[in-house]
Amino acid sequence: MVKSKDVLLEIRDLQIQGYSDEQWVDIIKGVDLTLHRGEVLGLIGESGAGKSTIGAAAMGYARDGTRISGGSIEFDGMELTTATEAERRSLRGSRIAYVAQSAAASFNPAHKIIDQHTEAPLQYRLKKRLEAQEDAIELYNRLRLPNPEEIGFRYPHQVSGGQLQRAMTAMAMSCRPDLIIFDEPTTALDVTTQIEVLAAIRDIVDQFNTAAIYITHDLAVVAQMADTIKVLLKGEEVEEAPTKEMLDNPKEDYTKSLWAVRSLKREQKSRPEGATPLISVKNVDAAYTGGVKVLDDVSFDIYEGMTVAVVGESGSGKSTTARVITGLLPPMEGEVLFKGEPFPPDYHNRSREQLRQCQMIYQMADTALNPKVKIAEIIGRPAQFYHGLKGGKLKNRVDELLDLIELEPSQYYNRYPPELSGGQKQRIGIARALAADPTFIICDEVTSALDQLVAEGILKLLNRLQKELNLAYMFITHDLATVRAIADEVVVMQHGKVVEQGPKEEMFTPPHHPYTDLLLSSVPEMDPDWLTTLLEERGVDNIGDAASARIDPEDSRISK
Amino acid sequence: MGDILGLIGKRLGLGLVILLVISAIIFFMVELLPGDIAQAVLGQGATDENLAALRREMGLDKPAIVRYFEWLGGAVTFDFGNSIVTGERVSVLIGERFRNTLFLATYAAAIAVPLAIILGIVVALLRNTVFDRVANVLTLTSISSPEFFLGYILILYFSVNWGMFPAIASLSQNMSLWDLLHRTFLPALTLVLVVTAHMMRMTRAAIINLMASPYIEMARLKGTPPWKVIVRHALPNAWAPIINVVALNLAYLITGVVLVEVVFVYPGIGQALVDNVSKRDFPVVQAACLIFAATFILLNLAADVGAILTNPRLRHPK
Repeated sequence: MVKSKDVLLEIRDLQIQGYSDEQWVDIIKGVDLTLHRGEVLGLIGESGAGKSTIGAAAMGYARDGTRISGGSIEFDGMELTTATEAERRSLRGSRIAYVAQSAAASFNPAHKIIDQHTEAPLQYRLKKRLEAQEDAIELYNRLRLPNPEEIGFRYPHQVSGGQLQRAMTAMAMSCRPDLIIFDEPTTALDVTTQIEVLAAIRDIVDQFNTAAIYITHDLAVVAQMADTIKVLLKGEEVEEAPTKEMLDNPKEDYTKSLWAVRSLKREQKSRPEGATPLISVKNVDAAYTGGVKVLDDVSFDIYEGMTVAVVGESGSGKSTTARVITGLLPPMEGEVLFKGEPFPPDYHNRSREQLRQCQMIYQMADTALNPKVKIAEIIGRPAQFYHGLKGGKLKNRVDELLDLIELEPSQYYNRYPPELSGGQKQRIGIARALAADPTFIICDEVTSALDQLVAEGILKLLNRLQKELNLAYMFITHDLATVRAIADEVVVMQHGKVVEQGPKEEMFTPPHHPYTDLLLSSVPEMDPDWLTTLLEERGVDNIGDAASARIDPEDSRISK
Repeated sequence: MGDILGLIGKRLGLGLVILLVISAIIFFMVELLPGDIAQAVLGQGATDENLAALRREMGLDKPAIVRYFEWLGGAVTFDFGNSIVTGERVSVLIGERFRNTLFLATYAAAIAVPLAIILGIVVALLRNTVFDRVANVLTLTSISSPEFFLGYILILYFSVNWGMFPAIASLSQNMSLWDLLHRTFLPALTLVLVVTAHMMRMTRAAIINLMASPYIEMARLKGTPPWKVIVRHALPNAWAPIINVVALNLAYLITGVVLVEVVFVYPGIGQALVDNVSKRDFPVVQAACLIFAATFILLNLAADVGAILTNPRLRHPK
């Protein structure tokens, strides 16, 4: 047993309510949590499980529209539920710090990074401005940010996402807190950048012996970071155990199902012999108005009924390629062929029949569906536009489409998108694409905003639809686990170039192009020692951006 | 910085083009009115010969397009011709009035803008409290009441009942600044009451709009006190809409004050415009309209530039 004086945070029977539909509903239903000094606790669960709400509550903070309705939160001998707002506030930033999911959104765009860093120490009169700045630079150095002397004097928009996330970790450290709440700090990052941030966070938490609550939905990530893992489901605890035990031997069914998600796999199909590709991207160069070239000589083929995954970091040109294929961005050079016939480069010049062939499903179902339009109309509109369906026929078609995406037509027909869950919205997005009766669908990061279980459901649905309707998918993603699950062929992009392409099995077996290798080896694995081993292999200075920068896209050390 | 200067240059050029279009519209609208200056000068009893002679003398026999460019040529050097009623130079006649209006507008703005922004910040901080509601109701009342009504109410209390300020804001030579401020206080106050609500509500809305941003939550979770969250974290990002509303209201202070000027018998440009419309003193009317248009364009330009300057992404490019 640990001595009780080592207990830093003790939460007992925590209950939190949220305000929705004009009444208070329980969102956290009696959660207990004990955290000792220097310990890292991983909180894991799907969205809506209440992870972030508990994280905020550990700071005595209830987000707008929520209230702490019962239980106790004791931080280092101080009861936060009965403390005054001023007392609670005096802990925030000084003794308990917070690292948010999106550093780009959580840094104030109007102030320099270092001024935001020094705000808390100055507020608490812990340091003079110059001392605080020197300390910031010291922390930037420890977190291995490039140009630590200078980077703080930039504005947030002048710094990349991964660097900002590290700067935010530095900011959390500014008053040397006893506890840091990490709220999905790497979820918005590419795998290669994620490693940098993970390494930096783990390093600094070790150095200062800071306790941490690490909130994430990614098991492999939490396995690297946490001493103990607690699994949450809908505001209740499922189970808690030391990391190794939890990974090797989960007790509850729900935990096991989380663990099992990554096992989704499907048979790899190969190209039909002698067929013309359905979509053929030929030597495409593209740029946005007045900008630099974002696609450089991109070529690949997609055959009927097959799934081609396009992978790469953000900014590698994946989505731009999709825009070229759909005709939203006419290419500077090269062309797109459909069944061997050239597709007009600008969608304005495509016939309705050509437009129908190629549909899109978007990453953010939230923003891709008009919140003020009924589901029936969202799905009905393309059916009407492309096939001229009306009245009873249109209704039948909408019902049929809702059936296809496994939603009960009578229940969803008259509802609006905001009433649906994330996974249901994405299904509506799929139905809208299907309404045109296409042969080819571009899926742009369709599962990256979803929880693993929900994402798995979407992937299974897409698989089934492909079989039934003989669809071809271009699947844009940065998640290699998804690629492994659904792809037939893989195209790897970096800096607007295709660095490697081929059948999936080939792509996942060495030898790789060095960039593919970097991507593959950067995907966290469930082994808790994975990060440690990887850092030993690569060395701390050769991860993420640094490693990526060393790779020349022209490099072809691969045997084709 | 080069980008910003380029942007400002572009906006300025665009403003000039708009002003040119407006000048043409003003000139040809006046041209469309039945009767012309010669007729206005000579009255209804004028013979055709007299009219023709006067037209020749005033150059009215030339085609409209030629006269437009002559007028425009003069306007560029602030020479708007002579008044046909008094024969005085329009620039002299209007210049004095315009200065008076500018003075009153500046006076009102110097009170209203800081007041509105500070009130806006306070109600954003105390949102949904009694203070917020009371401030909202009061400012809404003042904005919904016609200016002349507000003016008369103020006169009733401040001049008639309490005798603190003069009811008539007439100006005389050699007034001390203090006298001037004292005498024009009531019209300025009326204007303050009219414009404050709009600016205050925009400040409040712009700030509250940002309160759900992740960086505001971050500031709170760093232990920043509520007033500092608003002043330091929300306000710097809220300037763009606030500046735009301030500019619109400043323009209103210059171009929309005619009622207030009439109520307080203040010798401003609005009154001059109304007088001269009824007298058909076209050169004066044209000049006044052009000045109003220029005011609007300049203030909107200033608002655009202000909004650009408060955006760190534009001020500090990558």
